[in-house]
Amino acid sequence: MPLRLWRKPLDSEKIKIPEGEVHVLKDRCKGCGFCIEFCPKEVLEQSEEFNIKGVHPPQVKEETVCILCSFCEAVCPDFAIFSVKKDCKGGC
Amino acid sequence: MSEDSHPFERFLRDGMMPHIWCEGCGNGIILNCFVRALKDIEIDVNKVVVVSGIGCIGRLSGYTNTDSYHTTHGRAIAFATGAKLANPELKTVVISGDGDLFAIGGNHFIHAARRNVDIQVICANNFNYGMTGGQYGPTTPLKAWTTTTPYGNIEHPFNLVHLAAASGAVYVARWTTLHVRRLTESIKKVLQKEGFSFIEVITPCPEIYGRRNKMATGIEMMNWFKTAAEIRNASDPAEAEISPEKIVVGEFIDAEKPTYDHLLREMMKQVQERIRGEK
Amino acid sequence: MTQERTVLTGKHFMQGDIACAEGAIAAGCRFFAGYPITPATEIAERMARRLPEVDGVYVQMEDELGSMAAVIGASYAGVKSMTATSGPGFSLMQENIGLAVMTETPCVVVNIMRGGPSTGQPTKPGQQDVMQARWGSHGDYEIIALAPSSVQEMFDLTIEAFNLSEIYRVPVFVLADEIVGHMWERVTIPSENAIKRVNRKRPRTLPEKYVPFLPDRDLVPPMASFGEGYRFYATGLTHDETGHPRTDTAKAQQELVQRLCDKIRKNREKIVRVSANMLEDAEVMVVAYGTTSRSAMSAVREAREKGFKAGLLRLITLWPFPDKEIAELAKRVRAIVVPEMNCGQIVREVERAAKETSVIFMPKLGEEPHRPVEILDAIQRGSYK
Ligand SMILES: Cc1ncc(C[n+]2csc(CCOP(=O)(O)OP(=O)(O)O)c2C)c(N)n1
Ligand code: SF4
Ligand SMILES: [Mg+2]
Repeated sequence: MPLRLWRKPLDSEKIKIPEGEVHVLKDRCKGCGFCIEFCPKEVLEQSEEFNIKGVHPPQVKEETVCILCSFCEAVCPDFAIFSVKKDCKGGC
Repeated sequence: MSEDSHPFERFLRDGMMPHIWCEGCGNGIILNCFVRALKDIEIDVNKVVVVSGIGCIGRLSGYTNTDSYHTTHGRAIAFATGAKLANPELKTVVISGDGDLFAIGGNHFIHAARRNVDIQVICANNFNYGMTGGQYGPTTPLKAWTTTTPYGNIEHPFNLVHLAAASGAVYVARWTTLHVRRLTESIKKVLQKEGFSFIEVITPCPEIYGRRNKMATGIEMMNWFKTAAEIRNASDPAEAEISPEKIVVGEFIDAEKPTYDHLLREMMKQVQERIRGEK
Repeated sequence: MTQERTVLTGKHFMQGDIACAEGAIAAGCRFFAGYPITPATEIAERMARRLPEVDGVYVQMEDELGSMAAVIGASYAGVKSMTATSGPGFSLMQENIGLAVMTETPCVVVNIMRGGPSTGQPTKPGQQDVMQARWGSHGDYEIIALAPSSVQEMFDLTIEAFNLSEIYRVPVFVLADEIVGHMWERVTIPSENAIKRVNRKRPRTLPEKYVPFLPDRDLVPPMASFGEGYRFYATGLTHDETGHPRTDTAKAQQELVQRLCDKIRKNREKIVRVSANMLEDAEVMVVAYGTTSRSAMSAVREAREKGFKAGLLRLITLWPFPDKEIAELAKRVRAIVVPEMNCGQIVREVERAAKETSVIFMPKLGEEPHRPVEILDAIQRGSYK
């Protein structure tokens, strides 16, 4: 199970936000809440849904501004979240 | 970059995730910062050997996609000394726990520091023996509660950065798992430094330690770090206190001194030249 | 490196400990980690002087716990490595001898045995650690131990120990008593080319395909070294052939521990060595090893002169135990005499192998080895059984 999960995180979610894009690999999340608590821009919140570990993974709040500081990525103990520069090919 | 793969994936060993650590444990953050440092400095990962002892954090060596070795309890530094001296091209990094490195392995730590063997040591200090269920250890604060201090701890803890400095380490820093940027910078620095280097990382163990000490979640412990941490770079490590009110962090020492490895190779060269001369 | 400095070819008058160090260097040992202890210190001193000459590393660790760990680290870095100690240090090494067994680390541990328990008699001989060598670390495993009885054998068997450790990926012990370690004798060191050296099997696959603990048919897995790009993981935890921990399944434990035992057990014929002397028509067989076997040899000769049909089985390999060889011979003799410098260790193994044949045990503690006349007396008693 872990191997499959690790290689094909099909549950990866892409959420578009102005500067950075935050990707959550939901089923890796153990629900510590560090990303939500310590994001300097309060971009994230707990979602309602349960992942396969039975915890609520984070989701992006509406209309917030990610400054691409990548703090969530660095503070996540489970490699479940990362941010990338927004892909503007489709027009921002 | 692919949207559904984490940027650090290739630095993690296939088939080993998810790791064993609890929700809210800081060990994953240390792993995260370590692999980020590997990625950032573009080091030849084939030459990196990660060595750990026994404990929760001791499992870290299994998670990095490097050569790695999980020793017996307390012997990571001695093992790394052998590997590094046998092959000077290796970058031997020891990542282990406060109990592992400073109780059962304390003797190896002070002597490797004294010799200035070129190994880099990162200690996950969670103030207790996590793996065995939360007994007190050499870093448990006075009066803290653990399963073997049911009436409060009556032992004085080590100040690890002071100990490392006094033993001769050429690089000494302390961060918490909230200081992800600075911690990563420190790791990058020691990966490029020669000589015995030491980074203490204060890390939450909410499950086992926090719960008994009025900080039941990782967030509560991290918030303690946030409010108590005071950065004092280049200050005297002897003064670097850890208390409920204050956690002094920073880079305390960054010095140069001939490494054991260097002196050893010099000596070997001289001996061999002398023999050639005799012939 | 110049040849004559690597292998000191020629005839020498040498001490046992020094011959052991020279044997190690001739075998290709290029890493020594240790902590001084009588009567093994001379090995460390010789290595400290000699290793730098041959581009090898000598490091004096803070204790024997660290020495053994460093030896394993060096071996994993691809360098033939060893340590040398005596009883108290051997006790401290047991922890990481177990780790070396579990992670299948080629290395050599020399124990120049003195009298114990504890600090005991540092400068006096003993054979009290032979069972500790077999069972000293916790858990189930098989080990190899060789018992030299002369300075020449200190040289030869140290080379053999390295070769066996490389072939079977297991720590190999050289168990010598203080007398053999400190004795001076004539040694013939062969030429560089005449020395047989074996190196560990190397992976035959690309790094991506390397399965670090997948054994070949001889039950021994090929071994990569750190820094070569194989990026493997080794742990003292129970693991599967990938090296990943498997602490929660019976299968992994059964497969791994059984294989660690079987790779020695199933290859015992290739490992076990004994030396049979005057045993063809013997009625009494002396079984001895180390210094004791020298007294036994004199006693057997004297017995023959007196008309007693005595013979000597000298054990060169102590572990795996030569039980088949003893069982065969036991059927043909009236009695077996076992002199040992302890209160009874190898004699138990002899009794187990000898079955019905009566065994006369001769313990010895303290300063002196057995005198031939004492063994002769036992041979005579055995003849009337
Ligand atoms: C020789 C030995 N003694 C005791 C143990 C049991 N043990 C396993 S982990 C551990 C403590 C580890 O503490 P630390 O190094 O602080 O790591 P943590 O689990 O807190 O991350 C102990 C005592 C052991 N494995 N080996
Ligand atoms: S017990 Fe503590 S240190 Fe161990 S994994 Fe859990 S939180 Fe982390
Ligand atoms: Mg700890």
